[in-house]
Amino acid sequence: MSRYLIRRLIIAIPSLLGISAVLFMILALAPGDPFGELASNPAVPPAVAAALRAKFGLDDPIMLRYWHWLIAMLHGDWGFSFVSRVDVDTLILQRLPTTLIIIGASQVLALLIALPVGIYAAIRPYSLFDQVASTLAFVGFSLPTFFTGIVLILVFSITLDWLPFVYRTDISATGLAGIWDHIRQALMPVAVLGLFQGASWTRFVRSAVLDVVRLDHVTTARAKGLKERVVVTKHIVRNGLIPVVTLVALQMPIVFSGAIVTEQIFRIPGIGSLLIASILANDTPVIMAVTFVFACLVILFNLLADILYGWLDPRIAYR
Amino acid sequence: MASTVILLTMVLAVAIGPWVWRVPINEIDFSSHLAGPSWAHPLGTDDLGQDLLARMLYGGRISLAVGLTAMAMAVVVGTVVGAIAGISHGAIDAGLMWLTDLFLSLPQLPLLLLIIYLFRDTLKAIAGPEVGTFVLIVAVIGGFRWMPTARLVRAQFFSLREKEFVEAARALGASTSRQVVRHILPNALGPVIVAGTIDVAAAIIAESTLSFLGLGFPPDIPTWGRIIYDAKDYLDIAPHWAMFAGAAIFLAVLSINFIGDGLRDALDPRRVL
Repeated sequence: MSRYLIRRLIIAIPSLLGISAVLFMILALAPGDPFGELASNPAVPPAVAAALRAKFGLDDPIMLRYWHWLIAMLHGDWGFSFVSRVDVDTLILQRLPTTLIIIGASQVLALLIALPVGIYAAIRPYSLFDQVASTLAFVGFSLPTFFTGIVLILVFSITLDWLPFVYRTDISATGLAGIWDHIRQALMPVAVLGLFQGASWTRFVRSAVLDVVRLDHVTTARAKGLKERVVVTKHIVRNGLIPVVTLVALQMPIVFSGAIVTEQIFRIPGIGSLLIASILANDTPVIMAVTFVFACLVILFNLLADILYGWLDPRIAYR
Repeated sequence: MASTVILLTMVLAVAIGPWVWRVPINEIDFSSHLAGPSWAHPLGTDDLGQDLLARMLYGGRISLAVGLTAMAMAVVVGTVVGAIAGISHGAIDAGLMWLTDLFLSLPQLPLLLLIIYLFRDTLKAIAGPEVGTFVLIVAVIGGFRWMPTARLVRAQFFSLREKEFVEAARALGASTSRQVVRHILPNALGPVIVAGTIDVAAAIIAESTLSFLGLGFPPDIPTWGRIIYDAKDYLDIAPHWAMFAGAAIFLAVLSINFIGDGLRDALDPRRVL
């Protein structure tokens, strides 16, 4: 088991380096550079601009620049944002908790929807419940998140005026009223993300549990006279959910991408909207750092999925 | 079945529609701006008085074309990579799989946004605004979707290349490429078709998301995602504008998903229940 773990960890590090290299190459190959506007600024003579470029290492070969950037990142020096005039890691740390709260809550909601519905639909396949649930699941993951977000804003904020549609981090009320305000404003983004993920997971849970339901050990358990509830929880669910767990972990990167869109619609100040704002403002250090954070999250969750799969499925330990 | 009908209707509508409904997409008419559906403008108008039906038919062509082309590119690249990895042993296979895993680990949406933002102007300069952006978007979306196809093809190859009919072909003296092209590949393509339909849906959603974030086609090209981007600030006074475009995306993706699911039921021998 530990050898499996160590092997997985060892593979993860070159992947991270590979991703950071790809990222750096893309940005290095792109036209334009941070000193672009200096070239057109009449107050700066070309010799000074050239000297600045040489000083900051923009003329070095690309591998050298990548190496310097990597060492700096590993030392914790994530750069200085051109636009916001603060250190990049301060910027990211300010915004990360909001994103994590929204995403965490939406995943919990998605699991709360997908697990019961998927399991029940698989235990009674092709029944009315199953067909309704499958159709709703299809509808759910065919609706793009930006569209559901807009529809929800239209219905709940504009027509009914029940929920605010601008996310504020400076809610001044404290105590129970403050918590209620937080919940009210987070309800729609969490619902949008959670329902979308829940719909696609329902189908997957259903097919994973269906694969287990027709196996012999379930028939044996029923023949032994066990209560249906015990059969479901101890035999079907425990075995059927192994692939689901890895799917949940593997889909986290997609959830982060979906969060980018949701943060744009609901104006949530998280790292997704930071990424878009910095792309549009051409703020390279922030773009590099945020994309690197996303890449780290992807690798982390892939690793987590591998570890969970190795732990849950006893057949894997014999590799 | 119903979804095939719906999808074909949409494809026909966007293909033939602009010849039948000859209202130009750029005709600005402030007197009827933000009007709801009426006989003159069956889907209403936007804030510049441009007819929405015409814009949606035109944008539909582009959205569906992006979806299909990106899928074609993803399937071709994935099949080639999977075939090469599946038929070779050792280092080439391991190297290609490492590359596939690397691409699978890349965070898709951030890199998509980044590449399009950085290279959009260069490609516009080379190939003109519309074609350049089309090529870039198709290349990038397709470039992120080839990995599952490659894995599927490789898995199919592993199971097929030890079968007797391939061995027979080898014994008759067929070269490796002939074995692959004439014997293994035609039998390996079943799951690829299913993955392909899912790719089309994913590509349409990806392109709509890019347009919605403002980073897709140039602003005057009314792809469905772009229409929603323009419409999102007018939701309270003109909801019809965003609703029709969103419903179009939803119907297209839904029917593609149903078709893919039906194909999977038809082609996958494992699903007994």
